Amino acid sequence: MLGSITLLLLFQLAGEALVQLLDLPIPGPVMGMLLLLLALFVRGSTPQPLNATADGLLQHLSLLFVPAGVGIMLHLARVADEWLAIGAALVGSTALTIAVTALVMRGLSRPGAKERRR
Amino acid sequence: MTDKLSHIWVYLSASPLLWLAMTLLAYQAGFWLYRRHGLHPQLNPVAIAVVLLVAVLKLSGTPYQSYFDGAQFVHFLLGPATVALAVPLYNHIGHVRRMLLPLLAALLAGSATAIVSAVGIGWALGASPATLLSLAPKSVTTPIAMGIAEKTGGLPSLTAVLVICTGILGAIMAKPILDLLKIRDEAVRGFAVGVAAHGIGTARAFQVSQLAGAFSGLAMGLNGLVTAVLLPLLVRPLGLG
Repeated sequence: MLGSITLLLLFQLAGEALVQLLDLPIPGPVMGMLLLLLALFVRGSTPQPLNATADGLLQHLSLLFVPAGVGIMLHLARVADEWLAIGAALVGSTALTIAVTALVMRGLSRPGAKERRR
Repeated sequence: MTDKLSHIWVYLSASPLLWLAMTLLAYQAGFWLYRRHGLHPQLNPVAIAVVLLVAVLKLSGTPYQSYFDGAQFVHFLLGPATVALAVPLYNHIGHVRRMLLPLLAALLAGSATAIVSAVGIGWALGASPATLLSLAPKSVTTPIAMGIAEKTGGLPSLTAVLVICTGILGAIMAKPILDLLKIRDEAVRGFAVGVAAHGIGTARAFQVSQLAGAFSGLAMGLNGLVTAVLLPLLVRPLGLG
C-alpha cells in the first residue's frame, strides 16, 4: 500500500519533470500515466499491491472532483446570466459526443467482436 | 454558550480539517443515496456533494478559498489517481490492441464533436466569448482542461466547473443514450463515456464493470492528449482567436 502510493507519486513526479523539460502541451499526471504504462510493459505484469491501490483510488475517483466542483459558487452570476446557452451546450454536446464516439467505434469494430465480452 | 460556540467555529473554520471532513462527509452522503437506489445514474454522488457543500458554504458565509484550503488535499489526489489509470489499462491491453483502429477513429471523432458542438451550441444561443473558450475543453479531465483554457484565453476556474458539470451529465445520460443506440459491448460503452465525460464518467464506468472502467480511463487519457493538441489549432477556425 505505502510502496505503491510512493510509486504512483514518483511516476507523477517523473511525468511533471519530463513535461517541464520538453515543454510538452500535456499535463504531468497524464505523462506519468504513460510512463507507468511503459514500466508495466517492461516488467510484464502488475504487482499485486499496485493493483489493490489503483483499485482503491479509482473506485472513488469521483470524490476527487468535488473540491473543484464546489468552485461553481464563484461563477453563479455568470451561470445565471448565460444558463440557457451553457446548459444547452453542456447537455447537447455531451449527448452528441457519447453517441458519435460509440457509433464510430461500433461501426468500425468487426461484427464478431461485438458481443464477445458481455 | 453562544460565545463558546462561535469561538469554536472561528477556530475550526480557519483550519483545513473542517472542510476536508465536510467534503468527505458530503460525498459519503451522496454515495449512500446513490447506492441505496441501486447506483441510479441520476443520483450522481458528485452532484449531491457539490450541492450540499455550496449550500453549507453559502449559509455559513464561508468563501471558496477557505473551503479549498481544506479540500485541496482531496483535489491533490487527482494527480496520483490519473497515474493509477495505467494499471487497469495495462490489465486490459490485449483487448485494447484488438480494437486499436476503431478506438482511435472513435477518439478523433468524439474529441472533435465535443469541442465543435459545445462551442457551436453555446455560440448559437449567445454565450460570451470567455464562456465559449471555457466551454471548449469541457470533455477533458479537470487539470488538462484548466491548462487548455489558460492557454486559449478562457477562465480556468469556470472551465473546471463546466468540466465537472459535463462529467455529471455524461454519467447520468450515458446509460439511456447507449441503451437507445443498442450498444452492448462494455468496452465501447466505457470508451464513449470516457471521451465525453472524463473522470466522473470513468468513475461511473468502474462501478458498472472493470472492463468498461479500463476503456473509459483509456479514453479519458487519450482525449486529454488529443484535445490539448487539437483545441489550440481550432480556436482560430471557430472564430474565437
